[in-house]
Amino acid sequence: MLSKEGVKHVARLARIRLTEEELQKMQGELVKILDYIEKLKELDVENLEPTTHSILLKNVFREDKPEKKSKEEGEKLIQLSPQKEGRFIKIKSVFK
Amino acid sequence: MEICNLSIKEIHKGLTQKNFSAREIVESFLERIYRLNPELNAYLEIFEKEAIEKAKEIDEAILTGKELPNLAGVICAIKDNILVEGKRCTAGSKILENYIAAYDATVVKKLKNQKAIIIGKTNLDEFAMGSSGEHSAFGATKNPLDVEYVPGGSSSGSAAAVAARMCTFALGSDTGGSVRQPASFCGIVGLKPTYGAVSRFGLIAMASSLDQIGPLAKNVEDVEIIFEAIKGKDNKDATSCEYFEEKEINPKEVRIGIPKECFQEGLQKEVIDGLKEAIEVLEREKIHIEEIDIPSLKYGVACYYIVMPSEVSSNLSRFDGIKYGMSILTKPETQELIDVYFETRGKFFGKEVKRRIMLGTYCLSSGYYDAYYLRAQKVRTKIALDFKEAFKKVDLILTPTSPTLPFKLGEKLDDPLAMYMADFLTVPANLAGLPAISLPFKNINNLPFGIQLIAPAFCERRLFNFGKFFEELCST
Repeated sequence: MLSKEGVKHVARLARIRLTEEELQKMQGELVKILDYIEKLKELDVENLEPTTHSILLKNVFREDKPEKKSKEEGEKLIQLSPQKEGRFIKIKSVFK
Repeated sequence: MEICNLSIKEIHKGLTQKNFSAREIVESFLERIYRLNPELNAYLEIFEKEAIEKAKEIDEAILTGKELPNLAGVICAIKDNILVEGKRCTAGSKILENYIAAYDATVVKKLKNQKAIIIGKTNLDEFAMGSSGEHSAFGATKNPLDVEYVPGGSSSGSAAAVAARMCTFALGSDTGGSVRQPASFCGIVGLKPTYGAVSRFGLIAMASSLDQIGPLAKNVEDVEIIFEAIKGKDNKDATSCEYFEEKEINPKEVRIGIPKECFQEGLQKEVIDGLKEAIEVLEREKIHIEEIDIPSLKYGVACYYIVMPSEVSSNLSRFDGIKYGMSILTKPETQELIDVYFETRGKFFGKEVKRRIMLGTYCLSSGYYDAYYLRAQKVRTKIALDFKEAFKKVDLILTPTSPTLPFKLGEKLDDPLAMYMADFLTVPANLAGLPAISLPFKNINNLPFGIQLIAPAFCERRLFNFGKFFEELCST
């Protein structure tokens, strides 16, 4: 069963800050859902291939050619970032 | 007849015969929207100015005798997880409250090319995760037929907008039933096309192997016209495919299969009775109906609630507070880069989204991948094979769209698993990539009851041919 420590670990992997109260509630809910999902173990899947695309059976290729975006569109995309300097997106320092 | 009740063909005819102008169409819908939307909360944003401008262009084209595309002057609403250039696209989430689309989704471009008038963006469960519309960060949408009830979800606003005649048609997205179930709850028609039939470029991804954009409208004919307008391969979506057209069929010769699971536990009594009544209607017309066995059907929800959240956890990792969306990055008290991720996601994601990201992250985490995700992908193959087997015997599969009638606002909000079970009859088509349509049948206890038809891949035409036939039976 998924413990509270386990939930904390998953939240860390998912990069989500959960409050103590959220953690508590989440544990109960996840345990209940995972318990339901166990149902799948009843089915024999021994000789089955996993589905990746439900319709296409072959891969789709294209040439690896960069497409040029208009300067306007590029500008619009940069403008969406929460913090920028000129045409750069500014983040917290990665290295100390 | 009032403009708001007209079909797409009737609007086209009315415009070309100059019975009314595009301007009049826009004004009549805007009047309804401003009157009805404050209570229903179906629209998150309304594009009054642009709609009037577009109408003017169309009216001028009519004056100069230009030929009009099928959708010219037809008022449509777009689910707010599909991008419309220059407009906000929130996906019903606080985290995208400030997000402005830099380009059009392919489906939107196609509608614009046909001169459809986009009148606004519609409400949805956050990131299309929910079956009631209550998980929107911008408030729940109400069912126009009875405001104490949910409109279904996640395309809650799109379904409510069509049902309340606040647009002629709407686009939604369907990952596990999000077009069909709200269509059923609101008494309208909703289609989930074959996976890959419609480009997903410009749709905010939820679960990429399941997501598909589909139309909602008052009748099958309208849904067919919209599907024709939006389908087709798109180089910008590598999972989109060439469409293989099926020939017309005679609806009276169609063989219908009904999975025996439709009569078993988990379905509300009223729903089973409704299904039986639909069967009677069809049998009176001498339609061949047989009970079929799809043994893996009952594993659909369990399979779906592994595959979907796994893909959700991966797709939603892009919301990190760095590139776009709401962020705590600029807050002076933020110290480390990693805190930007933790705090931004913790603060701006809603409950259901967090729950599914957590579930998916767990299923994909080291040591659990084989037991959950891989097994589910194999079960998925089993479901697809079972359908293939069934379609050797029958042409269409008939089920209720939802295992229950519409439920009241708040009724299932605190029980996630109960909410998930609402997807029981709709998820199999997504898992197998099959096209499926929800059609209104009748009212039960004053609430709409809809049936679902599932067809083999690329056999949408079968759904339309039989759907129109069924529609006629219901109206007589």
